[in-house]
Parts: sequence; structure tokens; C-alpha cells
Amino acid sequence: MSKVIMTVDDSTSVRQMVGFTLKRAGFEVIEAVDGQDAVNHLTGATIDMMITDLNMPNMDGIELIKQVRARPQYKFIPIVMLTTESQDDKKQAGKAAGATGWIVKPFKPDQLLAVINKVLR
Amino acid sequence: MDENTNFIDVYRQEADELLVEIEEAVLGIEENPEEKEAINRLFRAVHTIKGSGAMFGFEKIVNFTHTLETVLDKLRDGLLPITRELIDMVLKSKDHIKTILESSSDNDTIDKDYENLLIKGLNDFLVAANENADKKAIIEAEKIVSEEHTNEVTYRIRFQPQKEIFSSGIDPALLLDELLSFGEAEVTPHLNNIPFIDELNPEECHVYWDIILTTRKKEDTLRDIFIFVEDQCNLTIDLIDEETGTESVDNVKKLGEILLERKDVTPEELNNALSGQKRIGELLVDSSVVDTETVTSALTEQNQVKKLREKRKEEKNASSLRVSADKLDILVDLVGELVTVQARLSQKAASHGDSEFITISEEIERLTADLRDNTMGIRMMPIGTIFSKFKRLVRDLGNELGKDVELSTEGSETELDKTVIERLNDPLIHIIRNSIDHGIELPDVREKAGKPGTGTVCLKAEHAGANVLISISDDGKGLDKDAIYAKAMEKGLISNDAALSEEEIFAFILTPGFSTAKTITDVSGRGVGMDVVKRAIENLRGSIEIKSVKEKGTTITLKLPLTLAIIDGLLMQIGNTHFVIPLNSVDECVELSSESANSRHGRHIIKVRDELVSYVPLRELFGILSERPPIEQIVITEQDGHRVGFAVDQIIGEHQTVIKSLGGFYKNIQGFSGATILADGTVALILDVNGLSEAARKAEEEIIL
Repeated sequence: MSKVIMTVDDSTSVRQMVGFTLKRAGFEVIEAVDGQDAVNHLTGATIDMMITDLNMPNMDGIELIKQVRARPQYKFIPIVMLTTESQDDKKQAGKAAGATGWIVKPFKPDQLLAVINKVLR
Repeated sequence: MDENTNFIDVYRQEADELLVEIEEAVLGIEENPEEKEAINRLFRAVHTIKGSGAMFGFEKIVNFTHTLETVLDKLRDGLLPITRELIDMVLKSKDHIKTILESSSDNDTIDKDYENLLIKGLNDFLVAANENADKKAIIEAEKIVSEEHTNEVTYRIRFQPQKEIFSSGIDPALLLDELLSFGEAEVTPHLNNIPFIDELNPEECHVYWDIILTTRKKEDTLRDIFIFVEDQCNLTIDLIDEETGTESVDNVKKLGEILLERKDVTPEELNNALSGQKRIGELLVDSSVVDTETVTSALTEQNQVKKLREKRKEEKNASSLRVSADKLDILVDLVGELVTVQARLSQKAASHGDSEFITISEEIERLTADLRDNTMGIRMMPIGTIFSKFKRLVRDLGNELGKDVELSTEGSETELDKTVIERLNDPLIHIIRNSIDHGIELPDVREKAGKPGTGTVCLKAEHAGANVLISISDDGKGLDKDAIYAKAMEKGLISNDAALSEEEIFAFILTPGFSTAKTITDVSGRGVGMDVVKRAIENLRGSIEIKSVKEKGTTITLKLPLTLAIIDGLLMQIGNTHFVIPLNSVDECVELSSESANSRHGRHIIKVRDELVSYVPLRELFGILSERPPIEQIVITEQDGHRVGFAVDQIIGEHQTVIKSLGGFYKNIQGFSGATILADGTVALILDVNGLSEAARKAEEEIIL
């Protein structure tokens, strides 16, 4: 069965690019437009991994990560943040909140898949 | 021979080998342009030819080679792209060097115009290279330092994640897997931190790992794996072994030293432990300074480094010595003599009955056998030496005929007697030519037939008992069974109603003057050739088998003996004279009573299981004047599906036959392929089964006509 990855980003273009890359690599994708939307999806369905932006309206990535880690079912899933070079403090905050790793924007599809390979089996 | 000519000969010989190496390297580069080492090898070979050429006064070679070397230098620096044109140019230049090399004994035969043309071509590449040099300077600046070590190095990695690692979604096993994908590694997990079960929190990670990894990767690449967990683990990576040239297997670090280096023990602790008598590992565990896993892990490291160094040592020791083939031949001759003398000694000892004498003779027998096997082993060469030559042949032929052909080789490490390999060269060339010319179709035809446009010719060698099987297969259109059958009928080789097996039909292509090709090309089709191949293989006491599936391809398999110097023979006697027939051509032996011999009206034919077999009465043929025994023995041999018998007085048995050539004086004698010396010192002639049965067949035909 293919792995389910949830992608969370308020930018449609990033969501599309990430979603497209993942689907082509054989993953199942659930999309969410922001942290709150993502939390609403955490209804007990299987999610094997999450890729989330940090800056989002309604609920940002850091808060989302905390929320995810607070739920026993998702406590140990890999969560990868999308950050920009300048957001080093955000990266630290994300790690502290329980993020597994990060990808620096802009990134190429190959880099994305390489990171997924690193954390998800 | 004066010193100088001697040197020049050596130079020629060496240059020849270097030229072969050039060709191999060039073709290697064409196949795999990324391979830097092949380019270096190519450059070194050309450089050596030039360098030693200067020492021995081959000015012409030096002048020409210099230009080639300059071009290759640019190639090595990455200033020239690897193109088909460049490869062609280098190959042509290589051929030209060979021409100069061969002609330089009688000065003026070199085509100057051609040489100038080549030099001009090479210079064009130089101009291009200089243009590229400017661009390259820019790229260079951006280029990151090489990501890999040139040699394998060994790292010691300790990865100790924090307990909470799981809660950030990290699976340490994935990181270890990634690390292990870089090379040979040993992982030792440390379990000593795991608490008792009632205190254990399964959401925490209590294990840590020591990994000994042998890889070409740089430390930074290794650290990159752990990028997400940098601040959540203790990670130490130490380079513990690299090729420095001074290391040896013996001075691998002691266990104590390793533990010290890893800071698993302090010097005091170690010294305390050392004052005891047990092994250092046990001592340290006993004094509970470290736990068992720590010691095991350190031992693993020690082993891995030791292994790596041993491997390197082996590689270095596999050096070789160049000996002239003549000397080897003499050695083989001498061993042959020794085998013979030893057989006499054994016989004498056995009849003497003195146990001490017998012991000595048995010792010598054992030594002789070892010596024989080793000497034969020296003559063995990997067949790859001629395989690589064919790459060029296939490439050139393909170009000439407008076909895309690839040569793949398998089992090139298979060893075969040097003489056999040398004599295989021409037959193999012939078969490969045939495969490419008749077998492989033109690219568009192939694509229409649903095959890849590039045809494949596969050379494969493997051992099968005392024989070597060499198969040449192509994925071309296969043999046309009906056409061959029709042609054979037309030539009167078969009668109208003959029912032949597929293999028998295919075997017709081995008959002289047989070709079904509609057009004759430069390459093949004239119907000369396959019969030559057949003869050459038979002279090597080998056989040919042809298999073909229409539209799928053809496979020709050559079965050859491992060596030509010593064979298994069947020893026979007529009167007081001994003869040997190579055992592998013997089919069966039957008795011939004088009644049945006389009942055929002077014809030499016997009936074996309802089949008539003609035989050669060797007694009459060789004019041996001794009384004919009442019952003769007939040794029946098979050649090309024809069975021919040889009548002798007595069959003595199997005999390890050391083949001696008959010498120049007897070289025109028909019917014998050599001689051998028997245990009692007498000489036995080895029958040329081929020649004799051919003669017998002719004689028989004459009677019928």
C-alpha cells in the first residue's frame, strides 16, 4: 500500500509542485491549506508523513507540529518543514516543537524525494 | 646479438603491449567516458612509448607520438570532450604508431602524407582544446572539491542519539541504512544503557551504535546523513585508516589503543587492567570499565582495518615477471622429459621391490606431478587477452557495414594454454566476422523485427572439465536451415531423401566452398573460411557445435582442450611398436577375429551393431613385419560424424601422453601428429586420426568407384 503524505502550505503553487512530485513517486497525498485545515484532517486516518510550511495564516507550522505530536497516533511520524534560508530561528523552534527535518526553499523535486527517503520507510 | 638490438627488441615488444593497452583504454573510454583512470592509462601508455622510443633512437615515433600525447594531455585535463571523432583519431594514430614501429627496421616505408594528415587532425583538436581552456577556467572556479577519496578509507563512527529522538519522527535505523549504503560496514549496537523492563519507556531510544565503515566518501558526506539530528545526538566520526603506503597488516592498532582513542577507557584504567594476566578485552570487562559490547565493537574495528590492509597487500603482491615464451617452452619440454623419466623410475622401483627405493620413487612421482601442474599453470593465460582485441574488430566492422554492433564478453578470466589462445585468434576473427556480416541485420531491419537497433555479439568462455568452451553468439537473423539444405543438395553433399538433424544441416557451413550468401562482401561470404576455422579448431583437438534459431541468432561453440602439451592417450601395440591415439577421439574398441577379417573379400570393413565401419589396418599401412595375432583389436574413432577404425594387435590402456613434436626433418610425414616417450624409454608415435581417416575414406571411395 502506498504511503500517505500530508502536505500543508498556503501557497497553491508549492502545494501543487509538492503534490505532483509525490504522486509521481507513488505516494498518496492529502493537501491542507494551513495549519488549522491540517488539524481538521487529523481525524484518525493513516498519515505516514507530513510536509508543512512554517508561515501560514490561521495556524502556523510550529503550532501545527506541536498539535500533531500531541496526538498519540501521529506522535512519531516524520514531519518535514519547508523553510527559507533566513528562518534559522524558526528552524530551531520547529525542531524544538518536534519536526524531523527541513527542506530549504527553493528546492528541486529530486531534493524533496531525497529528504523523504531519508525519513520515511 | 649485440646489446643494443637486444634492447630494441625489448622496446618493440613493450611498445606492442602498450599499443594494445592504448586500444583497450580508448575503447574503455568510449564505453564509459566518466572513467578518469582509463584516460590516465591511455596517457601513460602513449607517454611511455614516446619516452622509451627516444632512448632507443626511434625518432619517427617520438615526433609523431609527441603530438598525440599533447592532445591526450588536453583530454586528461578535461579540455577536450570525448567524441567519436577524437576516439577515431586516437585509434588511427595508434595504428600509425604500429606501422612506424614495424617499419623502422627498413627505414623509408612510412606514408608521410598520411602521417601529416593525422598530425593535422590532431592539431585541430589542440586548437579546440585551447578554446575550451578559457571556458574551463571559469567552470573550474565554481567547481566544488572532489567529493570522494581516491582510495578507500575507514571511519569509526559512533552515533548516540538522545533518548527523545523518536518523538521528532526520526528512525535511527534509516540513518544507519543510509550510512551502510556507502560501503562495507560493521555495526555494533550498544545495549548496556537499556533499563530494566519495569523502568523501560518504549518511546525512548536507549541504544547507541558503533559503525566501522570502509568507503571512498568524505567525512562531510557522512555527516550530511545526520543533518537532521545533529543537535539530538552525539556523533563522532574519526578517520582510522587510510592508505599511506607505510601501513602493514601487523601494525594494526591494539585493542587497548583503540579503546583509548575512543575515550572508552582512560590511560590509568587501561594500565590497571594491563597489570592482570587475562586478555585485555576480558580484563576491561571484568574490571567493569567497559561493557562487552564496547570491546566487541573495538574488536570489530580492529578486524575491519586488518582485512582492508590484507586486501591491499594482496593487490600489491600480485606483481608479475616477464619471461620469454621460448624459455617457457623449454621448461615445459624439460618437465615432459622429467615425467617420462619418472615413469621409468616408478617402473624400476616397483620391479625392484626395495621399500626404501619405492618410497623415494613415490616422492618423486608426487613432486613431478606438482611440477607438471604448476608448469602447465604458468602457460595458462586468461582468454581476455584476445577478447579485448575483438572489441576493435567489432567496432570497425560495424562501421564498415553500417551496422550497430556491440561486443559483450563473459568469462574473460578463463585460463587457457598460451599456444591454444594464440591459435584461436584467427578462427575467432572469422566467426565474429561472419556473425556481424551475415548474422546481425541492418539497424532498420532489426527495429522492424522488434529487436534493439544495436546488435550484440557475445563472446563467452567457461571451463568444462578438461575442456574450455568458447561460444560466440549473436542476436542476428540466425542460419537459414532450408537454404543450407538446398545448397548442400545442389552441391551433391546429401542425397535427396536424407533426413538430417538441425545440427547436421548447420554443420554443412563448415564444409569447404560452402556459402549461401547471395552477395559477397569484403568481409565474408566467399565460402572460404568456416572450413579453415574447422581445420584450425581440429588441429587444436577441439570441436565445433552450431546452434541457431531463426530470427533469434546463432551460437557457435568451440570446445577446446586446456592444454596441448600433455594429453590423455590410448596406448596400443602392433608387433613391438607402440602407438598412441588421443583418447578424446576414441569412440569404442571392438575385436576383430581373423575369420571375419578374411570374409570381406579384402575390404577393410567390419560390422558393429549392424553398422558398417571401415577400418585402417595399421600393420599393413606401416609395413610392420610381425605375425598377425588371431584376434586383432579395432579402435573406432569418430571424425565429423564418420566412424573410422584402426586395427592394432593389442590395446595397452590409458597413457598420460607428453607430446613431443617430430622435429623439422619429419615434418612432412603424414599420419602422425607427434611422438611421446614411454616409461621404458621407447618411443610411441601419436596417430593423426584426422589425416589417417581422411586417407582411409579416400581409399575406400576409390575402391567403390
